[in-house]
Amino acid sequence: MNDKLQISLSGITLANPIIPASGTYGFGDEFAELYDINCLGGISFKGTTREARYGNPLPRIAECGNYGMINAVGLQNPGVEHVIAHELPRLKSHYNGCIVANVSGFSVQDYVETCALLDKEPIDILEVNISCPNVHNGGMAFGTSPEAAAEVTAAVKAVTTKPVYMKLSPNVTDIVAIAKACEAAGADGLCLINTVLGMRIDIRRRRPVIANRYGGYSGAGIFPLALRMVNQVARATSLPIIGCGGVSNAEDVIEMMMAGATAVEIGAANLTNPMVAKEIIDRLPTLMDELKIEKLTDIIGIVNHE
Amino acid sequence: MKQLTFEIKTNEQIAKNVYRMQLSGDTTGIIPGQFVNIRVEGQFLRRPISVCNVEQPLNNTTQPLNHATPLLTIIYKVVGVGTEAMSRLPIGTQLDVLTVLGNGYDLSKSGDKPLLVGGGVGVPPMYMLARQLREMGKAVRVILGFNTKEEVFYEEEFRALGCDVTVTTVDGSHGTKGFVTNALDGKQSYYYTCGPLPMIKALIQAAGTNGEVSMEERMGCGFGACMGCTIQTTQGPKRVCKEGPVFPAEILQL
Ligand SMILES: Cc1cc2nc3c(=O)[nH]c(=O)nc-3n(C[C@H](O)[C@H](O)[C@H](O)COP(=O)(O)OP(=O)(O)OC[C@H]3O[C@@H](n4cnc5c(N)ncnc54)[C@H](O)[C@@H]3O)c2cc1C
Ligand SMILES: Cc1cc2nc3c(=O)[nH]c(=O)nc-3n(C[C@H](O)[C@H](O)[C@H](O)COP(=O)(O)O)c2cc1C
Ligand code: FES
Repeated sequence: MNDKLQISLSGITLANPIIPASGTYGFGDEFAELYDINCLGGISFKGTTREARYGNPLPRIAECGNYGMINAVGLQNPGVEHVIAHELPRLKSHYNGCIVANVSGFSVQDYVETCALLDKEPIDILEVNISCPNVHNGGMAFGTSPEAAAEVTAAVKAVTTKPVYMKLSPNVTDIVAIAKACEAAGADGLCLINTVLGMRIDIRRRRPVIANRYGGYSGAGIFPLALRMVNQVARATSLPIIGCGGVSNAEDVIEMMMAGATAVEIGAANLTNPMVAKEIIDRLPTLMDELKIEKLTDIIGIVNHE
Repeated sequence: MKQLTFEIKTNEQIAKNVYRMQLSGDTTGIIPGQFVNIRVEGQFLRRPISVCNVEQPLNNTTQPLNHATPLLTIIYKVVGVGTEAMSRLPIGTQLDVLTVLGNGYDLSKSGDKPLLVGGGVGVPPMYMLARQLREMGKAVRVILGFNTKEEVFYEEEFRALGCDVTVTTVDGSHGTKGFVTNALDGKQSYYYTCGPLPMIKALIQAAGTNGEVSMEERMGCGFGACMGCTIQTTQGPKRVCKEGPVFPAEILQL
C-alpha cells in the first residue's frame, strides 16, 4: 500500500481514491477474474431497489463513437433482500475495502425501507441515487428539485447511522441549489454526476436506437461537464465529494481531485477496458512524481484556493 | 474472461460484405458458441463476434498444429462503422480482445444425429461446433441459410468435415429455394442454431424446443457487468453475454 494515495471519506480510510461506479462493475465478480480487486479504494455496487426489477426493454445500449455510450438499463437488480442475502456476503468474502451501497427508489418510502435494511449490513457508505423518477410526483426525478432531494436526504438520514452520500443528476438547471439542499438536510457527502440524458437515432431504420427512446450518456465525452459541476459544488458546499463522470485515466483523476473531489468514481470506462481501474491505481504514483504531488490529499480542491 | 492481444494474420472477403479474419494468440479455454469482444479504434464499445474456429490440439487428440501459435478464426459481416473499420485492418495489426466470453453450446446433449442450423452470420459459430461433434463421431447434418448465392460461404468447409450439408437461399439462386425450415426432415436427435430472430422463431415452431439457440443483443461490456443485454426467460432474467449467448430453446420467450 502507498500512503501517498490514501484519502478519507467521512472518517473511513480508503487506500486510494479509486471507486468503480455503480452499474458498471456489478458486484465485482467479473473483474476479479482479471485482477485482485482488493487494490480498489472502494466499490460502488449495482443500484439496488426495494423490490427486484427487470429494467427496461432492449436495446438498452447505444454506441457514441469515441466519446461514450448511452444506457437505459433501468436499474435491473434482484432487490435489496436478495442483495443482502447473496451478493453482499459474496463481495464481502473477497473484498475488504470500502463498500459503497448504491440505492435507488421510486418513492421516499422505497429509499427509506431499502436504506433501513442496508443500515444493519456490513457496508460503509450509502450512496443514494436521486436520478430516479418519483412515481408519486408525475415521474419527475427526485434529483431535479431541491425540495424533493432534501426530503429524500432527511428521510434516509433518519433511518441510518451510515454516512449518506447523495448522488446528483446533471440533468438540472442549477446543481448547486440541489447540492446545498442536500447539505442542509443533513447529507454527509455528495457524489456527482450521474449520466446525462441523451439519445441516438438509427438513421437506416429511422427510429431511436434505445427502446426507451432516451438514455443516460456517459464516458469520456462528459468529463468536462462533470468536472465543471464538481467544481461548482465544491465551491458552494463544504461536503466531501466523490467526483464521477467520464474519468478514463490517472490524469483525469488528478483533475477531478484538483476540482474538489476527495474520491473518484470510474464508470463506463470499466466496460470497455475492464483493467482500467487497476491501471489507473498503478499509474498514479508515477504521475504524482511527475507533477510533484506528495500526497493526493494535498491537491483536493486546489484550484479553489485563492 | 481473459483480456489478450491478438495479431491479425489474414483478413479477407469471403462473400458479399462478409470477411474472415484469422488472429494469432492464446486461444485456450474457448469452446464452441463462445464469442470474443474486440476493441475497434475510434469506437467506444467493443464489437462482439462469435468464434468460428480455433486451431489447436483438442483434448485427447494430437492433431498437428500448422502454425507456431494457435489461430482464432472469426467471420463478420460489414453492417456499420465498427465492422467497416475491421474490414480495413491490415495484416500484422495488434487487437485488444476479450476472450472466452459466454457459455457456449452443450455438446453432451447432441445425441447421435445432431442438426446444426446457421442463418447468415449465424453460420460461423456452427463451424467449430460441427468440427468437435464430428470428432466425437456424430452424424452431423448442417443447414445453412442465406438470402442469395453471393452471400453463401463455408459450404465446402462444412462438407470437408464430413457433415451432410444443405444450403438454402431465399431466392433459390443456390441450393434449396426457401428458408432453412424448408430443409428440415425431423430426423435430428437435437439441434443447435444461430441466426436472425425470425429464422429462430420459425425453426422453433417447426422443430420444437429440443435444441439450443444462440442469441444476439446489443452489449455494453460483453462480460456480465452492465446488465445491458438481459433478456427475459421462463427462468427469469438472463444476461445474453454471461448466462448466454446459448440458451435452451424451451426457456426463451420470443
Ligand atoms: C454474441 C454475439 C455474437 C455475434 N457474432 C457475430 C458474428 O460471428 N459475425 C457477425 O458478423 N456478427 C456477429 N454479431 C453481430 C455483431 O456484433 C454486429 O454486427 C456488430 O457489432 C456491428 O457493429 P458495427 O459497428 O458495424 O455496426 P453499428 O450498427 O454501427 O454498431 C453500433 C452499435 O450497435 C451494436 N450492434 C449493431 N448490430 C448488432 C447486432 N446485430 N448484435 C449486437 N450488437 C449490434 C454494435 O456492437 C455497436 O455497439 C454478434 C453479436 C453478438 C451479440
Ligand atoms: C450501464 C450503466 C449502468 C448504471 N447504473 C447505475 C446505477 O444503478 N446507479 C447509479 O447511481 N448510477 C448508475 N450509472 C451511472 C454511473 O454510476 C456514473 O454515474 C455515470 O455513468 C457517469 O460516469 P462515467 O462517465 O464514468 O460512466 C450507470 C452507468 C452505466 C453506464
Ligand atoms: S453486455 Fe454488459 S452485462 Fe451483458
